[in-house]
Amino acid sequence: MTFERPLLEVDDLHVSFPIRQGMLQRTVGEVRAVNGVSFSVRRGTSFGLVGESGCGKTTVARAVLKLVEPSDGVILYDGRDISRMDAAATQRFRGRVQAVFQDPFSSLNPRMSIGRIIGEPIRVHGLKPDSEVRSEVLRLLDICGLPGRFADLYPHEMSGGQRQRVGIARALAMNPELIVCDEAVSALDVSIQAQIINLLEELQKELGLTYLFIGHDLSVVRHICDDVAVMYLGRIAETAGSDELFATPRHPYTQALIDAVPNPDPDVEAGRVIEPLQGEVPSPANLPSGCLFHPRCPIATSRCRQEAPSLEKAAPAHAVACWEAGASRQAALTSSPKKTISQGAAP
Amino acid sequence: MTLLRVNNLAIDVVRDGEDCHLVHDAHFSVDRGETVAIVGESGSGKSLTALAIMGLLGEGLSVSGGQILFEGQDLTQIGPQEHNALRGRGIAMIFQEPMTSLNPVRSIESQLTEGMRLKMGLSRRAARARALDLLNEVGISDPERRLRQFPHQLSGGMRQRVMIAIALSCEPKLILADEPTTALDVTIQAQILALTSRLCRDHGVGLVLITHNLGIVARHAQNVAVMYGGRVVERATARQLYREPQHPYTQGLLASVPRLDLPRDIPLQPVPGAPPDPMEHVPGCRFHPRCGKATEICAQKIPGFATSDGHEVACWHSGFGTPNAEDPAA
Repeated sequence: MTFERPLLEVDDLHVSFPIRQGMLQRTVGEVRAVNGVSFSVRRGTSFGLVGESGCGKTTVARAVLKLVEPSDGVILYDGRDISRMDAAATQRFRGRVQAVFQDPFSSLNPRMSIGRIIGEPIRVHGLKPDSEVRSEVLRLLDICGLPGRFADLYPHEMSGGQRQRVGIARALAMNPELIVCDEAVSALDVSIQAQIINLLEELQKELGLTYLFIGHDLSVVRHICDDVAVMYLGRIAETAGSDELFATPRHPYTQALIDAVPNPDPDVEAGRVIEPLQGEVPSPANLPSGCLFHPRCPIATSRCRQEAPSLEKAAPAHAVACWEAGASRQAALTSSPKKTISQGAAP
Repeated sequence: MTLLRVNNLAIDVVRDGEDCHLVHDAHFSVDRGETVAIVGESGSGKSLTALAIMGLLGEGLSVSGGQILFEGQDLTQIGPQEHNALRGRGIAMIFQEPMTSLNPVRSIESQLTEGMRLKMGLSRRAARARALDLLNEVGISDPERRLRQFPHQLSGGMRQRVMIAIALSCEPKLILADEPTTALDVTIQAQILALTSRLCRDHGVGLVLITHNLGIVARHAQNVAVMYGGRVVERATARQLYREPQHPYTQGLLASVPRLDLPRDIPLQPVPGAPPDPMEHVPGCRFHPRCGKATEICAQKIPGFATSDGHEVACWHSGFGTPNAEDPAA
């Protein structure tokens, strides 16, 4: 095993947004959207951030893309602090890190042809002489499984799946290393979603891409990602390799998320005993004391109400922020017949 | 008697003076206390079918053929007033977007009691008392305060609970739920679906669950109808459908979803291409341009149903033998 430096390292990231009120828009409080998040993404792999709405996963993505300013913490890209880059370095960084967004309807300019949408970054960054832009656009369309005639169409003339392919082609135009996929397949129909997932996987294999994949659909995130972090209210509740996390979840929230996902098999479903998680995610403007999950947690103790657990190593490459992690794992193993895979590989 | 039976339903839209079929042949049935899922992707006609049952088809849309038998009465033959009397009391609907389907400028109390006062003739006081019971039943705490609030003061999950309470308020026999949880987070989705299923079972209400999520179908439905391009292409019990899917489209859908209960590296096998534009005319089987098994006949004639053990499939090449051809005009 080589100790190659991760492509992306996020260390103790905090992002807060002020709450302003009144005529003078005075700051009366803050929403702590991201509250001490650390993870790293190895080159050529996919890292997934999952969680429910309001958990801060999109804010993490925006901070990585340099679209919001962190209030604290460091983001290292290829070993360099992205907040300390000068204009030229930032320009290079923006070329190497690209994004694919959720909504293929609003993320493409309706007044630009597909050829201009994909060609624009190539022109702006001067990657190809003007005479070669067109052929580069056609090459990118082809990679993404679209015929060349699409270069002359406009977004409204295309289906959702085709538009998402255009979004991917536009991201690839910069020849990036890291692509941040923010709910990139969530808005698509089932049969189309599978096509786009397969396309992302093929591109990763061929081009050696690294993905930061943000999603709320656990089965999709598990399928695509090598490593996964589960976020709750701006913090990471648990992180591990994908196989290990879903086989032996240690945080009760991870367990609840997995339980909430129905499997497409009536026999499997008939054999599951599921207690849906009670309550809803509290407002990030008014965080609970102690462990942020304790108001909804089935195994919370008085300690959980008072002290916040930090993310501790529970096994090699498996960290969990829970005082009762051992207990919840026991519960998980006994309550769910499908969790038969043994505890993660020994070092 | 079957609670609801939809036979060969066709829905047309008039555009540029021409009739165009959006739904060609929807057919399924629902019994009391039973959950039937209608599965399909966008444009498959599943929501239109629900709106036709409710008598809520929009301008330019009309039922052009088939029957909707509710307790033996054909809803395609009744007038708007009779349909209005049926809504709420006979059939109620839960919509996808609880934000847009609740009125933002009216309190929860006024929206929740409206049906009871109009359709059941309850007094204001009686309707309010029942509203409090209903909010308790759908798991909303502090119902007194919630009744005074407005939709924007409630979370998405809470709004959907209010929608369920409204649907139940006039004691309907049938509830149509159109993608009731698509806009919600997974833990809230699980809460809402468990609640809806339990209430329908307890009250003996038939439930039509319209969804694109095959996991939800497996967890909650006893019977399933798969729609593609405005047609029901396969109908079976949930177990039959997942064990032995017959239609290539159903098989494709099942191979398209990643599953948490199977190893992670099983590759997805998506259906190639995209669903047809509902306005577009496709001769023969509507699925044939995307189908790996398609032959000449698929492009020429519409397959009827071949049946085995109550499991129906409209495909020329299923394991159930060759079906009859449908009348192409249907």
